[in-house]
Amino acid sequence: MAYRVEINGETRELDVPGEMPLLWALRNELGLVGTKFGCGMALCGACTVHVDGVATRSCSVPVSALEGKKVTTIEALAESPIGRALQQAWVEEDVMQCGYCQAGQLMNASALLARNPQPSSQEIQQAMAGNICRCACYTRIHDAIAMVAEKGTANA
Amino acid sequence: MLETATLSRRSLLKAGALAGGGLMLTASLPMVAKAATSTGAAPATLNAYVSISPDNVITIVGKNPEIGQGIKTMLPMLIADELDADWEQVRITQADFDPQKYGFQFAGGSFATPMNWLPMRQVGAATRQMLLGAAAARWGVPASSLKTERGRIIDPASGRTLTYGEVASDAVSQPVPDLETVALKDPKDFHIIGRPISGIDSPRIVRGEPIFGVDTLLPGMKYAAFERAPVFGAKLVSADLEAAKAVPGVEDVLVMKGGDNPELLIDGVAVISSNWWIAKEARKKLAIEWDNGQWASHSTAGYAARAAELVKGKPETILGESGDVDTAFASAARVIEADYSYPFLAHVAMEPMNCTALAHEDGRIELWAPTQNPTAGAQGIAQQLGIGQDKITIHITRMGGGFGRRLTNDFMVQAAAIAARKPGTPVQLIWSREDDIRSDFYRPAGWHKMRAALDADGKLIGMDNHFVTFIKNGQVTLENSMTADEFPAPFLENVRLGQSTMETRVPTGALRAPRSNALSFVYQSFLDEIAHAQGRDLPALMLELLGDREPLPGTRGPFGEQPGFSPPRAKGVIEKVVAMSDFRGRPHEGRAKGFGFYYSHLGYFAEVVEASLDRGQVVVHNVWAAGDVGSHIINPFGALNQVEGSIIDGLGQAVALAVEIEGGAAKPGNFHEYEIPRMPVTPKITVEFVKTDNPPTGMGEPALPPVIPALTNALFALTGKRIRNLPIDTSQLV
Repeated sequence: MAYRVEINGETRELDVPGEMPLLWALRNELGLVGTKFGCGMALCGACTVHVDGVATRSCSVPVSALEGKKVTTIEALAESPIGRALQQAWVEEDVMQCGYCQAGQLMNASALLARNPQPSSQEIQQAMAGNICRCACYTRIHDAIAMVAEKGTANA
Repeated sequence: MLETATLSRRSLLKAGALAGGGLMLTASLPMVAKAATSTGAAPATLNAYVSISPDNVITIVGKNPEIGQGIKTMLPMLIADELDADWEQVRITQADFDPQKYGFQFAGGSFATPMNWLPMRQVGAATRQMLLGAAAARWGVPASSLKTERGRIIDPASGRTLTYGEVASDAVSQPVPDLETVALKDPKDFHIIGRPISGIDSPRIVRGEPIFGVDTLLPGMKYAAFERAPVFGAKLVSADLEAAKAVPGVEDVLVMKGGDNPELLIDGVAVISSNWWIAKEARKKLAIEWDNGQWASHSTAGYAARAAELVKGKPETILGESGDVDTAFASAARVIEADYSYPFLAHVAMEPMNCTALAHEDGRIELWAPTQNPTAGAQGIAQQLGIGQDKITIHITRMGGGFGRRLTNDFMVQAAAIAARKPGTPVQLIWSREDDIRSDFYRPAGWHKMRAALDADGKLIGMDNHFVTFIKNGQVTLENSMTADEFPAPFLENVRLGQSTMETRVPTGALRAPRSNALSFVYQSFLDEIAHAQGRDLPALMLELLGDREPLPGTRGPFGEQPGFSPPRAKGVIEKVVAMSDFRGRPHEGRAKGFGFYYSHLGYFAEVVEASLDRGQVVVHNVWAAGDVGSHIINPFGALNQVEGSIIDGLGQAVALAVEIEGGAAKPGNFHEYEIPRMPVTPKITVEFVKTDNPPTGMGEPALPPVIPALTNALFALTGKRIRNLPIDTSQLV
């Protein structure tokens, strides 16, 4: 049977085994390759998407659990002011080295700022602790989030 | 592996018109330029670094693989500055693998900066001169009367201007300047070099656009997962594929017979599906019998026990000896002896190993490869498949990290071998994280018995190192080796390096700052022990050892002549970091500082770590780093990012990382067993560059090695307990 999942505002039919992780439905079935594979065990955060606005590791959530839910991926991040502000800060502050983990970092950061627009430094660190950056751009990721929190999204 | 490095040094320019009008310029080997001329190939297909369209968009080719070190942004910056372009008008494209056009295309050893600092600027300067020549011809004035400014040519006498785009077509027929003699800018006029410039691909990455190797999407593409023997060196005896084949969605299951060389194809089974997760799950249904031979008995514990025996005896080989070491030790008032060791380490690039391959029906093979070393990849595929390298096309993709793992191209060979069995079908091979950690070319573990002789005044009069390393089929490989000139050997009278070996099949290779990432710990920790025995600190000992010595003689390196180690530059960064960190000041309550210096990949770095212990956990509060990588920091954004990343990388290794070998196989499988640093442990990092009148050198590696001994030396200052084995076991500190 096909599962119906709303992805980036569009209802998509996924004719896949129900236990297939969302990540592999996104990447191999829908060609939405912005969401990245890093570990397959919800340990690194590279595959983070929003499910009903909540940061979720797409490598560990089965497609069968998503019927009637709204999934947002990095490809649609720019549709929110917070997302645009973060994208802009990421580029301006030259946050990344290799960039592979950054889709997950951005999705996690945008979920953080959506629920807590003024996080403390400690709250940023706690919220982002599940996202590994092997290049270790942590100072810049932290500072870019803090910058968006401080400046707000008015110009985004 | 590095032999081709010298090929690209002598280069020649070749120009031709772009199809739509414009200038295309290449720096290439003379024979290639001739070949291109004689075949009369269409100009638009010529290799090129620079092309300029009539609307004044300047497209610059980034020739080297981008792994996050920033090279795709940095090399074109060199061209653009000498071209006197406006960075806003510059676009950058990634070169395919084509050594005849681009020379050495390689991401490793922090070589790209020293290799390309002059050639890339020469390309830019020559292009500018041709544009000037074209404008001069159009206006009927001498080229020397004209100047350029941000992508425009100006005639100061008349006030006329032309954009580069307006004269680019004419410039094609201008004489090509000699790259070796073309006039370069006065560095005071640099306006792009030295400016913090954000990564050229960043806007695409934050939008989630397909850009990495694993994002490659081709029509009709299938995905492959590869099951290999857990035990290194094992052979496939038999495989029952039926259960895997029966999994819905599985399209093919292939037994792949390989050989003994882990850099090429090894035995395994490939499972193919239109969805990688289905292929990966079906692997679990494979029933494979492996012949582990003698290798399943190998373990880290076994190697350590054997090494402990070996260092008690005489070394198998003396790699170097100067002076009279035995007499120095016999006359010593005090001998300091310490055994050091460090573990195997994995690379764990965020993007797991992958490669997309398409075997065309006509025998050509085309790859979309996240590789740091396409040269070796092409050689490996040619060897494995028995085809000529001219049949192999490699598109270099951006990579989600490299750290040296992608210098070895087993995954490319594997993908090509699988694709060769499915002609006409593109196949994307993806490794799981477990595959990645358990099929690595590890930073080799090593053991050292260090001895130092001090005379009655406490002066260091001799040093002896018995190094235990690995061999494969009797040979020490490059990354498992060390040389007798390791600091402080050239600065001591009586010094010896001995070596003993153990046979292994655990694959080893280059990890960021290879050799240096381990030897820094051994030598800078041991020197710290000596300094304490002398009643002073390590910077004081280092400065005394370095003395007023002149730079050591240059050596022939992978990119030609390279300068020898310079004591004045080393002293410059040591003195700088001691001042920056207030190293000798009163420590913060409950904390202590440690120092480390290392010279690697032509870069000089001295670092100070401030650490404490909190309920058995190492806490790093501050790191100060002073680095000398020459006269210019080409892109301060990228440079700082590399230093910060290297420091956190090194600290992470020291605190937590080891790949244990058990039963002939690598034990850790994923990030819960191989714990990479995360944001909350990030210390405050303060970096200063000491600029000296030397050509700029690379940033990918040299900041890593000193931070490890700086941390362990800080822990000694804090607890009085010496860490001699990595990773740090905090239970030994209480």
